[in-house]
Amino acid sequence: MKLNELSIKQAKEGLRTKKFSSEELTRACLDEIKKRDKNLNAFITICENEALADAKKADKLLVEKRTGTLLGIPIALKDLYLTKGVKTTAASRVLSDYIPQYDATVVSKLKNAGAVIIGKTNCDAWAHGSSGENSDFGPTKNPLNEEYVPGGSSSGSAVSVAANMCLASTGTDTGGSIRLPASFCNVVGLKPTYGRVSRYGIIAMASSLDSIGHFTKTVEDSATFLEITAGKDLNDATTPEVKVDNYFEDINKGVKGLKIGIPKEYFIQGLDKKIKEKIEKIIKFYEKEGAEIVEISLPHTEYAIACYYIIQPSEVSSNLARYDGIRFGNDRSFFGDEAKRRIMLGTFTLSAGYYDAYYKKAMKVRTLIKEDFDKAFMKVDAILTPVSPTLPWKIGEKVNDPLKMYLSDIFTVTANLAGIPGLSIPIGFENGLPVGAQILGPSFSEKMLFRIGNCFEGSNQNGL
Amino acid sequence: MDYKPVIGLEVHVELKTNSKMFCACSANYFGEKPNTHTCPVCLGLPGALPVPNKKAIEWCLMIGLALNCKVSQFSKFDRKNYFYPDLAKGYQISQYDMPFSKNGTISISTKSNNKEVLITRVHMEEDTGKLLHFANDFTLIDFNRSGVPLVEIVTEPEFESSEEVIAYLKNLQQIVRYLGVSNADMEKGEMRLEPNISLKKAGSKDLPKYKVEVKNINSFRFAEKAIDYEIKRQLEILKNGKTPAQETRGWDEKKQITVSQRQKEEANDYRYFPEPDIPPFKFEKDYIDKLIKSLPELPDAKLARFEKSYLLSQYDSEILTRDIQAGDFFEEAIRAGQSHNINAKQIANFLINRKIDLSTIEPARVIEEIILGQNITIEKKELDNIINKVIIENTKAVNDYKAGKQQSFMFLIGQVLKAARRKIDTDLIKKKLEEKLK
Amino acid sequence: MKINVKQIAKLADLKLTEKEIESLQDQLLSILNYIENLQKLDTDSVEETSQITGLENVMRNDIPQPSFSQEEALSNTKSQEDGLFKVKAVFEQ
Repeated sequence: MKLNELSIKQAKEGLRTKKFSSEELTRACLDEIKKRDKNLNAFITICENEALADAKKADKLLVEKRTGTLLGIPIALKDLYLTKGVKTTAASRVLSDYIPQYDATVVSKLKNAGAVIIGKTNCDAWAHGSSGENSDFGPTKNPLNEEYVPGGSSSGSAVSVAANMCLASTGTDTGGSIRLPASFCNVVGLKPTYGRVSRYGIIAMASSLDSIGHFTKTVEDSATFLEITAGKDLNDATTPEVKVDNYFEDINKGVKGLKIGIPKEYFIQGLDKKIKEKIEKIIKFYEKEGAEIVEISLPHTEYAIACYYIIQPSEVSSNLARYDGIRFGNDRSFFGDEAKRRIMLGTFTLSAGYYDAYYKKAMKVRTLIKEDFDKAFMKVDAILTPVSPTLPWKIGEKVNDPLKMYLSDIFTVTANLAGIPGLSIPIGFENGLPVGAQILGPSFSEKMLFRIGNCFEGSNQNGL
Repeated sequence: MDYKPVIGLEVHVELKTNSKMFCACSANYFGEKPNTHTCPVCLGLPGALPVPNKKAIEWCLMIGLALNCKVSQFSKFDRKNYFYPDLAKGYQISQYDMPFSKNGTISISTKSNNKEVLITRVHMEEDTGKLLHFANDFTLIDFNRSGVPLVEIVTEPEFESSEEVIAYLKNLQQIVRYLGVSNADMEKGEMRLEPNISLKKAGSKDLPKYKVEVKNINSFRFAEKAIDYEIKRQLEILKNGKTPAQETRGWDEKKQITVSQRQKEEANDYRYFPEPDIPPFKFEKDYIDKLIKSLPELPDAKLARFEKSYLLSQYDSEILTRDIQAGDFFEEAIRAGQSHNINAKQIANFLINRKIDLSTIEPARVIEEIILGQNITIEKKELDNIINKVIIENTKAVNDYKAGKQQSFMFLIGQVLKAARRKIDTDLIKKKLEEKLK
Repeated sequence: MKINVKQIAKLADLKLTEKEIESLQDQLLSILNYIENLQKLDTDSVEETSQITGLENVMRNDIPQPSFSQEEALSNTKSQEDGLFKVKAVFEQ
């Protein structure tokens, strides 16, 4: 196996036993980038020199037997994460030359853990998108079939892990922007509980919905990563005091005795038959492993997209107001079409005479959606659903129909509205294209999501 | 006149906290080099998030309590969205429909009458950066002031003259200084006034259909002039059968007039919505009670108490309660004076007549000065008598002194001291003796 | 329903071409029509959720920390003078 194909766990072991160095590992990743990124376009900025310097530093520390959870491990950061001294663009021409004066909290944490930052990944500009086609720096392609979209908005991050250009990467999930590309690229994607991971220093999309998560090759790696990024941040008033769990405590316990809910509203007409079949197979798997499968109802699911596409653009329109070209970046004429569309929509839904009918109404519907989950979690421990109603689509297929694009978020937005965590895991292939399932749990139940996800991953290396 | 002024006031008070409202930059920006008190938050950089200043909120609540407001049990911050170069984020974090305090009162008194004015609300917000204009060429921006905590106090439109407005401002300024939450210096922008002025037909119960907001008022004097001018200006228009335009005008100190600020023609749609980055507030009764207990005695109450307890005139009481330091000093001096039989009135007279600078002296020292002063006045007459008596009863010593014996002089001084039976300034005795024995 | 795209663009400080205004008019309308189905729900007795964390009273102590230097603050602007950000003349608001 090539070094860049390793998981974090395997790489750490190799580094510890001196089978290879961080420099070699990093070079392997950089080589892969050089080989494929011209086609895949997963990266906006590649930090070759800095990464090699960090890798060499890591090697020195490793020799001294120093540890750090990610010491010497090459990772990539979605280009929404501010990195001091390293260009951060949000994949938009507005910030094409912005060099941040500070690091995001998560970036500091990852650096302190010894990670080697290999580059900033491409995404839909301002995280506005579900396919990776809205970047001002060109679309990103699915590494499993370059004619297809990788999913978005964290397109580049998902691809960087799937294509073995790094061992893990960070993303943001506001309406599915980690879980969808994870399922389209055959990698593990975690959307943590809202507030579990600090948003400070990460370019805001929709403040009440943005969740800070990551992509890895395995469920265990995902747990390793969350141990570093999770925790209260004094710079982010929406991070609660909740203690960071030991995410490995139950990870091998299997699903015996757990109740897994299957919401009937997620198995509707529009769901691709092949995806439905695969979900049914994984349900059977969990049943065999000792879980109790419970049919549940989340009755307000059909209103989730409407609710989301009022709240999100409203907050977007306000969050993007600071981009006026005065203190940094370029002026507002540099915004792309999708950004303009969302700013306009959000400005309208907040405007005088419409606020009550739209934003206020959506905030109330949000309560109903959250209550659906609260009630369900009194009956079950976790909920299992598909991630996408369809398989990945071809590049260009949906770009001219914004509403159609928005509807691909139909299964993912509910978790953001309710603030709950979701883990997307690969469950197989169909026509060479990956299929994913998501495991949802109550707030701060990531430990259990890892347990359930790891159970499947362990037994199903070749997918269903 | 046929018309009566209808004036409502919006006052902004800048709090003198150590750090800004939503970030930890120092809030002491006055006079500092431009753009040296900024951080990602107050500079509106990508990814920055606000975290509210606990002390600023407490002080805002205290201002509300001092104005007899009800503290809202639930409150929150909201975003006020608009574009302007001094507004880094493109929105101001303020409070819209759930302010920290509501429905208070404040008494004001002018030469003609006393009245109670209703305070509509007291809420918290952040200041903007500062603009420096250069004619029609360009504008420069300093963000040092961006994010400094502001408390906004809004009254009902119950003022009827510039006199009443000034009385209110002085009262409010005094209260805020008593609380120690702001220096409220108008010239420094620590207290800012925006009056809303209109005129209604005398006797009419309805509010006028328009109102004019006046900005750029930087002192009490400007306030008086601007309000008087604006009332006159509107009266002219109304007398000609027209209605003044609803607009914002700025006071032009050079021209001594208000000038229309065309920019605000269209009412701004601020698209308020709850600030998602800051969780809401819930204040328990215990906490509010604690804050109430921590309030100092306020100027009106202190004034009344001084008049009553110390039998002082209103004039004297006003001077001694001008600021909290004066009142405290006065009462400490009273405590120090008790064992010497010096009463409050004496102390008041002493402090007021001598225009003592309280920062240069201790209360106990004031008592000493008063005692000494007393002794000197008593002894002037008594001393004269005693010295005369000593001279008559000690002719031998007097003659010896006149003959040149210095020792006799000392003897005479000793006799004076013996007769007086208290410690007297010997220089004074020497002087008097020399005079009388010439 | 008609959307005054020009007025919204002004509020949003976006300069749009005639073509953009036209296409936005259509796109926004179709999105809004979809969103309309929220009106079917009776939410009269439902509270709004504006804070999903359930947190309250989150504040920080009044302790100052170092700020950016003037250079750092200005490091990304394209227009500055004497340590200040510079823009075309604006009039008093």
